[in-house]
Amino acid sequence: MSSVTITIDGIKISAEEGMTVLQAAQANGLYIPNLCNHPDLRPAGLCRVCVVKQDDWKITISCKLPVKEGMVISTEDPAVQQIRKNTVELLIANHPMTCLTCEADSKCELQRVAHYVGITPDSINRYRRSVRSIPLDTSNPFFDIDHNKCIMCGICVRTCDELQNINAIDYAQRGVASLISTLGNKPIAESRCESCGECVVRCPVAALATKKSLQPMREVRSICSYCGVGCGIHLGVRGDKIVGVRGDQENPVNRGSLCVKGRFGYRFINHPERLTTPLVKKDGVLVEASWDEALDRIVEKFSEHKGEKFAALASARITNEDNYLIQKFTRAVMGTNNIDHCARL
Amino acid sequence: MSFAELQKKARQEWDELQNGDIPQIIVGTATCGRSAGAMAVIKAFEDALKEKGVQAVIVEVGCIGPCYAEPLVNIAKPGKAVIAYRNVTKAMAAELVDSYLIGDDPLPHYTLGTIGEKTVEGIPRILDTPSFKPQERRVFRNCGIIDPTNINHYLANEGYAGLNKALGMTQEAVVDEMKRSGLRGRGGGGFPAGRKWEAGLKAKGSQKYVVCNADEGDPGAFMDRAVIEGDPHSVIEGMIIAGYAIGADTGYIYVRAEYPLAIRRLERAIKQAHEKGFLGKNILGTDFSFDINIFPGAGAFVCGESTALTLSIEGKRGMPRVAPRPRTTEAGLYDKPTLLNNVKTFSSAPMIITRGAEWFASVGTEKSTGTAIFALTGKVNNCGLIEVPMGITLREIIFDIGGGIADGGKFKAVQTGGPSGGCLPEALLDTPIDYDSLDAAGSIMGSGGMVVMDEKTCMVDVARYFLDFTEIESCGQCVPCRLGTKQLLDILKDICKGKGKKKDLELLVELSHSVHGGSVCGLGQTAANPVLSTIRYFRDEYEAHINDKCCPAKVCKPLIAFHILEDKCAGCTLCARSCPVSAISGEKKKVHVIDQKLCVQCGVCMEKCPKKFSAVECVSPKEKIMEVA
Repeated sequence: MSSVTITIDGIKISAEEGMTVLQAAQANGLYIPNLCNHPDLRPAGLCRVCVVKQDDWKITISCKLPVKEGMVISTEDPAVQQIRKNTVELLIANHPMTCLTCEADSKCELQRVAHYVGITPDSINRYRRSVRSIPLDTSNPFFDIDHNKCIMCGICVRTCDELQNINAIDYAQRGVASLISTLGNKPIAESRCESCGECVVRCPVAALATKKSLQPMREVRSICSYCGVGCGIHLGVRGDKIVGVRGDQENPVNRGSLCVKGRFGYRFINHPERLTTPLVKKDGVLVEASWDEALDRIVEKFSEHKGEKFAALASARITNEDNYLIQKFTRAVMGTNNIDHCARL
Repeated sequence: MSFAELQKKARQEWDELQNGDIPQIIVGTATCGRSAGAMAVIKAFEDALKEKGVQAVIVEVGCIGPCYAEPLVNIAKPGKAVIAYRNVTKAMAAELVDSYLIGDDPLPHYTLGTIGEKTVEGIPRILDTPSFKPQERRVFRNCGIIDPTNINHYLANEGYAGLNKALGMTQEAVVDEMKRSGLRGRGGGGFPAGRKWEAGLKAKGSQKYVVCNADEGDPGAFMDRAVIEGDPHSVIEGMIIAGYAIGADTGYIYVRAEYPLAIRRLERAIKQAHEKGFLGKNILGTDFSFDINIFPGAGAFVCGESTALTLSIEGKRGMPRVAPRPRTTEAGLYDKPTLLNNVKTFSSAPMIITRGAEWFASVGTEKSTGTAIFALTGKVNNCGLIEVPMGITLREIIFDIGGGIADGGKFKAVQTGGPSGGCLPEALLDTPIDYDSLDAAGSIMGSGGMVVMDEKTCMVDVARYFLDFTEIESCGQCVPCRLGTKQLLDILKDICKGKGKKKDLELLVELSHSVHGGSVCGLGQTAANPVLSTIRYFRDEYEAHINDKCCPAKVCKPLIAFHILEDKCAGCTLCARSCPVSAISGEKKKVHVIDQKLCVQCGVCMEKCPKKFSAVECVSPKEKIMEVA
């Protein structure tokens, strides 16, 4: 791939051919405000906030504009600023002013864009305010959908389509009535949604937000214990309790993605009924035992049942390496090919 | 059968009908005629013919345009001029059979004029009447003349001659002819059709498509329907020629599902074209094959946008594709090179090939050749579909063809181009009709809607009306269009209610420019045109609403009040008896009074008050009542 040089607001930057202007700007640490763009997804060009002027001539959107050698881009042209500002003002005029209690507060892209383009109370007060009052969809056990906060960037729709191939949601209705909807506008829990939460983490506002939970005091980097994939996670910890999980962007295995269990299924860790020691059956009753006692018991019983009497069923919750060892152990030590695997979570 | 033989046979059939011994009763039964009662008129003719034992053929044709004269019936008696009768009723049908078919009195007071070269004393030639004289019938060449369900009628009138000729030309020569004709896309955008065809030809790909946009969605525009219902083969022939020119083998007609008659006519025409060998494998013995599918529209205005339309055919949600994107001619339907044109553009193609580019360009202006079709409506005397040479002025259309303002009113504005167009004032009445002049004036050619408004029209209310439409019909994907049209509408609604603020005008203009510059597709980009053009030319009306709470046209109900003039009221009680909310009190022969708290400003009292008294007055702002009182 060859490299090209473009100029953004007088700054010469180099970019790879095939990049969009927005990608090139981001790769060079330049901020062009945007709402519907997400690095993991194909550009949609719907929010119109990343509007720029190309070669002092054409007003267009930077997220779909391929870089070209010698291209001159202005993000501060007065006409560009005007369109961008009005567009953001329109979004805010139709957005609930509940920032302080909002899940997305301080990480909200709409807030960021609003600050950047210079929204003031005076500029907003010129507008007729109107916020939708669609009831919250709380049907999903892990996250809620608030259509009233939705800015219709479509990131959730594209995530579900391009990344997850589930297509549980899409656009419905038209005009101001348009909204992101499941098939037949049923509650999300009745749709084909698998609750992976990939859309939730990408939502730039809090139209999709995890059910109210405590914020962590610190994060611990770990590996998800659910299956052999071994996704990288950051456990959000408060005191000695886990209050949240997020995918590790740096982990080469999952690059930030998680499934429903890894992302939302962490409450078992602090569950009072969770087993914390081995149990050994004595006189028909399971009683707590030490690891040494338990392992000794296993050695004893296994030695008595070598050969075709024995079968091993391995779990998808352990690593591939451990699964390998189980079959090796079953064949080499127990002397049988009776080995199977549940092969699913 | 060779084309020459097909044509010869068709001409024989046509000539026999035209020069036969049996009178013809030709009834316009397009949707417009039907809704005006044409089917009942046919029944009345049949009954009268049967009862009196008169022999005549009843032929159903499409629409020739003048809605104000529907139902239209042409009677062709052997050896006589064809006479067009207007507003024919069941009673008139029986009378015409008696007087004209049995007797020889053509009843001139019922006529619109005569058609053709022959004349009848006491009846003008229709083309000499002020309403038709400035018109040039090209796309409408066969509408209202031929039976649209009979392919032979079309064949006898130059039909499929363009295709026959095109198949003997190279693809490049066909494209070149289209380019030289100067035809610009009749869907409203005005992109040179020949250049689009050229791009379609040059586009690489073994699979290409031709798509006809018949998703006519502008309120008040129905010319595409008239063309399809009146002359479906012209559209089909144009599409086949286009298919040959660019190397496509499949065509789609995306037609409004709300046009059931048009769909039936197309289905029938496609079947007939297959039977005659104009569609299907090896058309007219060449190695060119082409077929056409009909796709009933999904019911959204935005599906008339070319990229939304192709997505809709694919079964997806009709949302315009976001630019920068490849042109439809490079990646359109199913991402294949696609030539998409409007009904009228395709219908023009056969004429251009048959008669040549020079003939086509002989009318119109240098940059806008040919004719334009408008749906002339609103406060004009003669509303209906008109076809005029490009370059004609708005004044000629409204005052000659349209017969001036209805009810002796005064002209105020004309809105062209449907919801995306603008309102032009009296000072611009001499603007010539062509793509560029209308654009410069702040309006557009658009799909050809033309609404004439008189002084009783409130321009703020007009802008509100159009924004109401675009707000609902926005696809909702991009912010400036989805929320911008809503904001503009909310502000306009407030202004109409007298709740406008001083800074609203500034905000309307600012937002309009941003909606124009920021929106994804043409719908959004032009949505603010009605706002911008009314502010540009009728700013004083906005200011009156905002500053004085006054609606000068006395339309906006919250800003008007009705009042009974003491010195004129004769106490006839008519108003009190008509008031739907019993807001008027007063005894017989005594002055009546309207209770302003109860009044809903419906205006019935003013309508009912006998002209000789004219005692009810409408005032705006409302406070004026206090002054009067």
